[in-house]
Amino acid sequence: MKKVTLLFVGMMFATTTMAQESHGSGLLDKKVASVELKDMNGNGVNTADLGFDGPVVISFWATWCSPCKRELNTIHDEYIDWQDETGVNLVAVSIDDEKTKNSVPMYVNGKGWEYLVLMDPNGDFKRAMGVNNVPHTFLLDKEGNIVYSHNNYAPGDEETLYEEILKLTKN
Amino acid sequence: MKNLAICVCTAAISLAGYGQNKASITGNVESTFQYLNQDSLIGADQPVEKGLLNTYMNVFATYGNFKAGLRFESYLPRIQGYPNRFDGTGLGMRYVGYANDFVDVTIGSFYEQFGSGMSLRAYEDRALGYDSMLDGARLIIRPLKGVTVKGVYGYQRLSFQGGRIEHSDGIVRGFDGEVHINSLFKKLQDKKLDVTIGGSFVSKFQTDDREDLILPQNVGAYGGRAKVSYQAKKSRFMLDGEYILKEQDPSSDNGYIYNYGHAALMNFGYTRKGLGIALSAKSVDNMSYRSDRTKELTDLLINFLPAMNKTHTYNLVASLYPYATQPLGEVAYQAEVLYTAKRKTWLGGKYGTSFNVNFSTAYQPLKRTGNINPLDSTGVTYETRIFDQSDSLLWRDFNFNIYKKFSKSFNARLSYFNITLNNDVAKVTSDGKGLITTNVGVLELGYKINKKHSLRMELQGLLINKVEKEFTEVIGTDTTTTKKTLWNDQGNWVTVLLEYNVSPHWFFSIMDQYNVKGSTQSVSEASGRQGGVHYFYVSAGYIREATRITVGYGRQREGLFCVGGVCRFVPASNGLTLSFTHSF
Repeated sequence: MKKVTLLFVGMMFATTTMAQESHGSGLLDKKVASVELKDMNGNGVNTADLGFDGPVVISFWATWCSPCKRELNTIHDEYIDWQDETGVNLVAVSIDDEKTKNSVPMYVNGKGWEYLVLMDPNGDFKRAMGVNNVPHTFLLDKEGNIVYSHNNYAPGDEETLYEEILKLTKN
Repeated sequence: MKNLAICVCTAAISLAGYGQNKASITGNVESTFQYLNQDSLIGADQPVEKGLLNTYMNVFATYGNFKAGLRFESYLPRIQGYPNRFDGTGLGMRYVGYANDFVDVTIGSFYEQFGSGMSLRAYEDRALGYDSMLDGARLIIRPLKGVTVKGVYGYQRLSFQGGRIEHSDGIVRGFDGEVHINSLFKKLQDKKLDVTIGGSFVSKFQTDDREDLILPQNVGAYGGRAKVSYQAKKSRFMLDGEYILKEQDPSSDNGYIYNYGHAALMNFGYTRKGLGIALSAKSVDNMSYRSDRTKELTDLLINFLPAMNKTHTYNLVASLYPYATQPLGEVAYQAEVLYTAKRKTWLGGKYGTSFNVNFSTAYQPLKRTGNINPLDSTGVTYETRIFDQSDSLLWRDFNFNIYKKFSKSFNARLSYFNITLNNDVAKVTSDGKGLITTNVGVLELGYKINKKHSLRMELQGLLINKVEKEFTEVIGTDTTTTKKTLWNDQGNWVTVLLEYNVSPHWFFSIMDQYNVKGSTQSVSEASGRQGGVHYFYVSAGYIREATRITVGYGRQREGLFCVGGVCRFVPASNGLTLSFTHSF
């Protein structure tokens, strides 16, 4: 037990040292995790290879999470403008398990969302991204680095997110 | 343990050895502290330690194709309502692995799900204290595009005591294959019809330690699944189903009978822009499948049987009378429709109006004993078929809600719920009698004061059915029994919630749940107190990017805390709760 702890601490130390040596040049940049998920039709999608050109917003949600739905519905109203202005794409990752998974396509199309929706029924991607609870939203630059994240939704948060997206596209 | 040390060491060396910029360390931490008071009015006890603390941290490292991860957990002692098998500080999960496009191998702890999970699902829900991860080895191979083959071998995590994981007695083995036909054949890639098929085989081994019974030591569960979807011009149809058969598995759950078990699940969906319809049907019989046949409740379940009802969010609906799957048997159905009326129509108004209707019901299966000779030695005690339902109602839920945005700053949602729960079979409360029927109405209002400030309010009311209750009074040597018609269980409830948000950093909320009680025979009368009880709770939070700190103080009523159909009972409490979450 002690050995494991020691070794792990050693490993952490080694990696942080590397990070320092590289002067933050990206050795330990937080990248989006690579997990095999499926879209609503069953097509396999690797989360590290989403195939978008511009910035990407990854938003974890569930059909039973009211603030999540408020956030995604609010963004939905402005999504066309956001896409025109910044080329951003939003990926809505549903953490609904088998109990409520069947209502995901119903909800998404019933609301007319145009996001890429991925299914994470056993929480593999949620775990890999260090998500404690939903809603949790990540912003990725076009290289897949996580540049901003926010764990909560209150009306107005979407504007902070949009400012962060604008920062990415202006640079 | 030594092996593990070597593994982690290897991972560390490999991490240090590479010079490419592909390293990443991510993770998260969550910590909850409680300081609780004594409150006899609501039956809340102060733990002897007074202060309680739960903490865990996940750390995941990847370097190129290598991966390693661990979770430290700490219960000093565990917070109230958390399962009583958690104490100490130590490693609760750890693994190393390697993954590329073709192969993904993991040694150590892992989570996994085959199909819909009815044959195998190893998963965690930290908020509930549920963790059925497997410790062993897993291999996933993707030989061709659209083809996934998985093999798992391991011991399940049972509990976490003295800072160490304790495992199940029985071992779990499983194999699963899935083919997405359209990805496999290039010609089919852009076809409107989309087909996925799959199959799984799971087996558990546990020694037969009973002298009075001949128990099968290896018990298999296997079946197949298919998913078909069709993209029409403007709409989409989807149909999927899975069937799992379980071999003879005498257990404490089923009373050591030798029946086979089955689980069948079917989902149908139809969607087009602005309209979604979902229908589901499920049949379950004798399907509790554990890696230790003596365990009960939520311990060591190998499979997951999804409950077939909507997960509600308003607190009077979600936590007072929820329903969880009956693994010993149920036949259940669900239907749901979501319709959004178009903008700029009479119904839709300026912004569009959403209508949502949901209905779900569950019955006990019909168990036929006509052809059964109870004296024979087969141990089969009844016969049943798929979707063979009795007239014994377990659950019924009808609910609808209407959401309308009136202006840029004001929106409202009106909801109604009519729920009936059979408390004799799917027991959730000790005071309730027979069928518990509740009518709940909720009005939720949202108001955006300006760009950053907003208010949200919920008004909830719950009206319960009346039942006849018997009272026995002893005066001297005389015993008199009187019957009274009273509100069921704890009577009626009203909840008011007010939330004030300042984006993106702050929130404040105040909630009062008022138990009207009225004339119920429950805690209030036993303690000689009449009238209702207020459960006041205030909370505030600060959020900064991926960090969240919340503080709450007040009374919380006892109830079931459920996530995804799995529930844990949380006792009444009165006190301070501090919580901290962070992702990195």
